[in-house]
Amino acid sequence: MSGYSVTPVAGERLLGRTMRTAREWLPAAAVLVLGLALWEGLVAALNVQRFLLPPPSDIIRTFWNERAVLWGAGWYTFKEALGGFAIGCSAGVILAVLVGRFRLLRTAIMPYAIAANAIPIIAFAPITNQWFGLLNPLSKMVIAAVLCFFPVFVNTLRGLTSVHPSSIDLMRSYAAGEVTIFRRVRFPNSLPYLFAALKVASVLAMIGAVVGEYFGGSQEALGVQIRNSAALFAFETAWAAILVASVLGIGFYLAIALVERLTMDWHPSARAAE
Amino acid sequence: MTDAAAVSLRTVGRTFANGEVIALQEIDLEIEPREFVSLIGPSGCGKSTLLRIIGDLIKPSTGEVIVNGKTAHQARLDRDYGIVFQDAVLYDWRTVARNISLPLELAGWDRGRRDARVNEMLDLVELTGFEKRHPWELSGGMQQRVSIARALSFSPALLLMDEPFGSLDEMTRERLNAELLRIWQETQSTIVFVTHSIAEAVFLSTRVAVMSPRPGRITEIIPIDLPQPRTNATREDAHFFELVTRVREALHGGSGRDAELRLAEAE
Repeated sequence: MSGYSVTPVAGERLLGRTMRTAREWLPAAAVLVLGLALWEGLVAALNVQRFLLPPPSDIIRTFWNERAVLWGAGWYTFKEALGGFAIGCSAGVILAVLVGRFRLLRTAIMPYAIAANAIPIIAFAPITNQWFGLLNPLSKMVIAAVLCFFPVFVNTLRGLTSVHPSSIDLMRSYAAGEVTIFRRVRFPNSLPYLFAALKVASVLAMIGAVVGEYFGGSQEALGVQIRNSAALFAFETAWAAILVASVLGIGFYLAIALVERLTMDWHPSARAAE
Repeated sequence: MTDAAAVSLRTVGRTFANGEVIALQEIDLEIEPREFVSLIGPSGCGKSTLLRIIGDLIKPSTGEVIVNGKTAHQARLDRDYGIVFQDAVLYDWRTVARNISLPLELAGWDRGRRDARVNEMLDLVELTGFEKRHPWELSGGMQQRVSIARALSFSPALLLMDEPFGSLDEMTRERLNAELLRIWQETQSTIVFVTHSIAEAVFLSTRVAVMSPRPGRITEIIPIDLPQPRTNATREDAHFFELVTRVREALHGGSGRDAELRLAEAE
């Protein structure tokens, strides 16, 4: 009985939701298609030199034809980015926990952390290449790690310390010690801040790995391929490699956003998803 | 009888900024079990500070604080009191039920006992059916009821309330006042209640302690002899208005005298 009445309703609801999602995405999709068409048209109409800007159709053809090499290189570089991300984010979280716990450490370290944040870290790439060896993935991981470290450190610290004083008083009224307060209040309170930083760090890790490779690295690496292709006037390949880097970067970002959505279903921002 | 007192304050003082600001001076107050005592006064009179001193969340600079026959510090470690703040202070990452069960988790209750008590509490504050909701899905009044349920969940003998209904509209506030009195009767607890609403203090309390600022001290303690249980009719009782007037005069009397003194000094 109920099966007959429920199924069509559920079906209609699913259809309705799909339609709504489609309507929300439609403007963005239209802009993409229009942009690509404009690019293709203008390159042909203005007879733009191939090395200045290849038409998107050529880039996509190369992206497909050289997919094995390009994705191999992408995977190589992505592993560097992932390694750097893991090292940098872990270090950022650990230091934030320590600095958040010990006030003396905060006053001793914070000025340097803020100053160091202003250093263009990517400038160190040639030096880390020397330290760890040009072909050693670690030389790129270190750059990615340092890039990831600062936003994660600063944001996590803010999340751990920006707890409403009454929240702490409440826990103390239950005779809770510092460890319990950390576990039950400070840590969950810091999660939205931490995830915001991890999303920024995911993008920075890819930038660090690719730019680090511009200063030299394995022939398998994406950054080296982009640099060499551009030097050899193989601009379609360079653009296709950039496309691979972009797809990997966006994928990385979305993966973290997904984990965020799954861990923080309690967060008020989850309301928007309802 | 003094060691049977729920709260006993003896010449309690508190200064801030290296003694330059005197927040509280010479506070003496004995609160018997089952009493409902309101601390009322203008902002800056130290009433919230005094409540936090009773809860051992702030240490007094001078004097002695005894709660349930032990030091305030020991009473806090023994979880002898529940506290409710002006903001509900609920944790967004916990559902209503898990917010209420937080003190029970910290006290090491097992799952079955916790669930049973949470259901009792939801029933007490009339929020049954909302256990799986998150705090931000509730109205301000409902959030404050969750906060009260959490404070009562482990049956503390003493309840400290710091302007719990201060940010609610008048109608919600009156309804929660009546609910609080019912809960107070049912749980047989002692309540210390900070407010700056004269009508609220008179309606709820067995005694009202009137405070004055700079330095914060108790200027008068007014017994409220309105019959129990109090209902909405109490608010229209002639004696209710008399008591409201007495508290108002006690509040203004302090500053009125000060003004006269200042005038006299100026001449």
